[in-house]
Amino acid sequence: MTSFDAIVIGGGHNGLVAAATLAKAGRKVLVLEAGSEVGGAARTEEFAPGFRASSIAHLLNRLHPDVVKTLELEKHGLQFGRADFMPSVALSKDGPPLVLHGAYGEVLTGASSSEQSAWKELRAQLLRYAGILKPFLSRRPPDLTGMSLLETASLGQTALALKKLGKEDMRDFLRVLLMNVADLLDEQLADIRLKGLLAFDATLGSHLGPRSPTSLLGLYYRLAGETGGAAGAQVLPQGGMGAVVAAIRASVEKVGVTIRTSTPVAKIIVEKGRAVGVALDNGEVLRASTIVSAINPATTFLDLVGPREIDTGFVRKVKNIRMKGDAAKLNLALDRPPQFSGVDAAGHRSRLVIAPSPDHVERAFNPCKYGEFSPEPVMEITLPSLADPSLAPVGACVLSAVVQYAPYQLKEGWDAGKPKFLKAVMAQLESHAPGIGKSVVHAELLTPADIETRYRMPGGHWHHGELQADQMLVSRPVSGWSGYDTPVEGLFLAGAGSHPGGGVSGAPGLNAARRIIAMKG
Amino acid sequence: MAQATRKKPVAKIAGAAVSTRIAAQSHFRTLRLGTPLQPRIDALAKTQDWYNWAGYRAPHSLWDEELEYFAIRSQAALFDISPMTKYRIEGPDAEALLNRVTLRDVTKLKSGRVHYTAWCDDEGFVLDDGTLFRLSPSHFRLCSQERHLPWLLDSAVGFDVIVEEETEAVAGLALQGPTSFAVLRDAGFAGVEKLKIFDLADFPHDGGTVTVSRTGFTGDLGYELFVPADKALSLWDRLMTSGEPRGIRAIGYTALNRARLEAGLIVANADFTTAEHAIRADRLRMPDEIGLGFMIDLEKGHFNGRRAILEARAKRKLRYVLVGLEIEGNIPAEHAIVYHRKAQEVGLVSAAMWSPMAKRNIAIASLARPYGDTMVEDLWVEIYAMRELQYQKLMKRAKVVARPFIKLDRRTANPPADF
Repeated sequence: MTSFDAIVIGGGHNGLVAAATLAKAGRKVLVLEAGSEVGGAARTEEFAPGFRASSIAHLLNRLHPDVVKTLELEKHGLQFGRADFMPSVALSKDGPPLVLHGAYGEVLTGASSSEQSAWKELRAQLLRYAGILKPFLSRRPPDLTGMSLLETASLGQTALALKKLGKEDMRDFLRVLLMNVADLLDEQLADIRLKGLLAFDATLGSHLGPRSPTSLLGLYYRLAGETGGAAGAQVLPQGGMGAVVAAIRASVEKVGVTIRTSTPVAKIIVEKGRAVGVALDNGEVLRASTIVSAINPATTFLDLVGPREIDTGFVRKVKNIRMKGDAAKLNLALDRPPQFSGVDAAGHRSRLVIAPSPDHVERAFNPCKYGEFSPEPVMEITLPSLADPSLAPVGACVLSAVVQYAPYQLKEGWDAGKPKFLKAVMAQLESHAPGIGKSVVHAELLTPADIETRYRMPGGHWHHGELQADQMLVSRPVSGWSGYDTPVEGLFLAGAGSHPGGGVSGAPGLNAARRIIAMKG
Repeated sequence: MAQATRKKPVAKIAGAAVSTRIAAQSHFRTLRLGTPLQPRIDALAKTQDWYNWAGYRAPHSLWDEELEYFAIRSQAALFDISPMTKYRIEGPDAEALLNRVTLRDVTKLKSGRVHYTAWCDDEGFVLDDGTLFRLSPSHFRLCSQERHLPWLLDSAVGFDVIVEEETEAVAGLALQGPTSFAVLRDAGFAGVEKLKIFDLADFPHDGGTVTVSRTGFTGDLGYELFVPADKALSLWDRLMTSGEPRGIRAIGYTALNRARLEAGLIVANADFTTAEHAIRADRLRMPDEIGLGFMIDLEKGHFNGRRAILEARAKRKLRYVLVGLEIEGNIPAEHAIVYHRKAQEVGLVSAAMWSPMAKRNIAIASLARPYGDTMVEDLWVEIYAMRELQYQKLMKRAKVVARPFIKLDRRTANPPADF
């Protein structure tokens, strides 16, 4: 039997990135994936005969440049130029849509000239402030108990960057840091379509409405991501998200990592406070000195390690991680491309957002606080088969949408609620793309409950833990253990539940691997 | 008019609701609860000298604290321990849960046995110490100073076990002193002579059962009796009647506190601050810092605080040590500051007395390492003796000595002696 230095649990993109990084540092690495293929929620899957769509994540907007570099992903066919940047269209029922072109609205069309200049200023400010947070959101969070020289130096650099902002800007940065996005938008913008789009982006994937305190952080998190060197830029990869994972997988295999799919781990074996291996569902035991868990932190500790091997206080913290998702995924197989009102051909290849105003987003959020779905949900829509015809039969079309708000714990239960929610979603789509309902060949709606089951994401939460101020940085996944190492020696976390958080960035996986390499010298 | 008729029943319901609520909140009318034994204690409380023990009205003394102390050492003393916090921990995983929560190896605690143990938080700081009774293979009783239900319930996640507070349901009595065995035997506890130190057994009482253990907090021959609250008074009467010829006396805490100090036993939140009570970061204590390091079993598998304790030991992060002191002279050094070379402050005395049994001036103190650990020479305590509105400051030499300060053969003698 081959022996491995490190076993990575979970072949999602973070697990793969961690595995590749460790392998490049000379470790023998084995990846164990429970599903039949790697990629987790970033796969391309057939959901109806001849129709394929990205599983959950359907846009690439934050794949970390260090990940691209370390895994040499460009060599494996993952290369994006400015021409690939995908615009965002704020759909409107009464009037022409508003479009953010380039990297998150370098150019704004469809708005008044005064709004254009207001946006130019706000965009610059948002990017400047997100830029301050960016280093925090890529490196290992500072270790508050014993900071190394390097950590102190990098914190110092952030302080310097803050200082470089100038006194007024620095004050403003601190003033707005924990603000709600709606108030900030009201300060600077007038067009409710633009404000609606930004409010949607700030709250996408979190249990917040635009008027919830700290909701602006979500927008910073988004803008701290970059594609092709441009902050805020988004692309729709050819072949769907599965293509991104395919590139990562190719890189992983090139550096000699062994991958076993359909191999669920039943238990992490701990002996005298040290993780020494894993037991599989079939009873097989695999041993290694380093165990990297790139799956959910709560699953890792409560199910695989088990509360008996960890301290009560830590169990408390892990149990208290909030991770109840509010985002649903809709995949539609359409017999012909839909026609969204007022949107041109180029627009249909963009990200189409239904979030007519911050108030609308807020009202969509309100019911989910009480276990009900939004009667008029907000969503972002892509039509990936327009740019990549291989995803659908000739003449047909794939619609892929992320829809909010669909609370994980729906009061009436998702068995009863799902058909009603689908109806609400379809009504919302129909009002922007008349006739779309009649062109539906097959509709697949994945509620957070479905996402939980299918992708092993507790709560159906794609961040594996709410990404809010109290669960970020040194508090992610739990306070005192934000540095990828855990109370169990030899066990490391490397998934989205760890800092910085979710989205297809590879940053948690990369940071975790770097930490492991640094610890062993 | 219509309005008035509508309003009336509402007001009635509200009134009923309020009175029900008030009835359910009568706790504030009795600020110090009585124990199931309160009628007997109250009848004997000549000094009316009360203190608050975990919310209960408990006596410091009942008639004469000196003579109460000597009742422990030369007769039999009866002390109400009902306010002690008690938890029932029962189920197939009870042993596993307690092994994870507490420091000692619970698999080594046989059914029908008791051990003294302690438990820590994640950082290895002591939450409390207490006694663990193994009533059956799957049924335990954990007794302690502080309350720990949330901690125990959160610890029980993933274990097949029931954790329940039974402080109110179960009354407790400590019967301590040289004639205690004879008192029990004469009261008709047949077979009680078979109990060795730290053994426990059930005996019939008043149509129910009383659990008797050969344990105590005095360093003397003695027993602790646990009984359902409604059988507490009859048990008290049974012991008092049979004990009368052997000098049985009810006592208060002051007498017990002296006996425990002679026995070298520590009291949570008197000799160390428990982790959940400590506000100041340097008041937290690891087991090794309060003389409980012997409980730590690194071979038994995981337990709360293990990682932190191992790290503190490896990185020499242990900062304090709890020691027994013998101080020259006969003036108790209560809460005296401990000095090295009469100059440098190195610690504090937490309990002190002139010991009538040891005929020594004894104390328990916490010192900052290395004092009391590797540096034990040239230690002094500064005693402020108030003499008619003037302090007489005494600098007395202190010697680190082993605990217990007294060792009584009768405590462990088998069979127990009949005095």
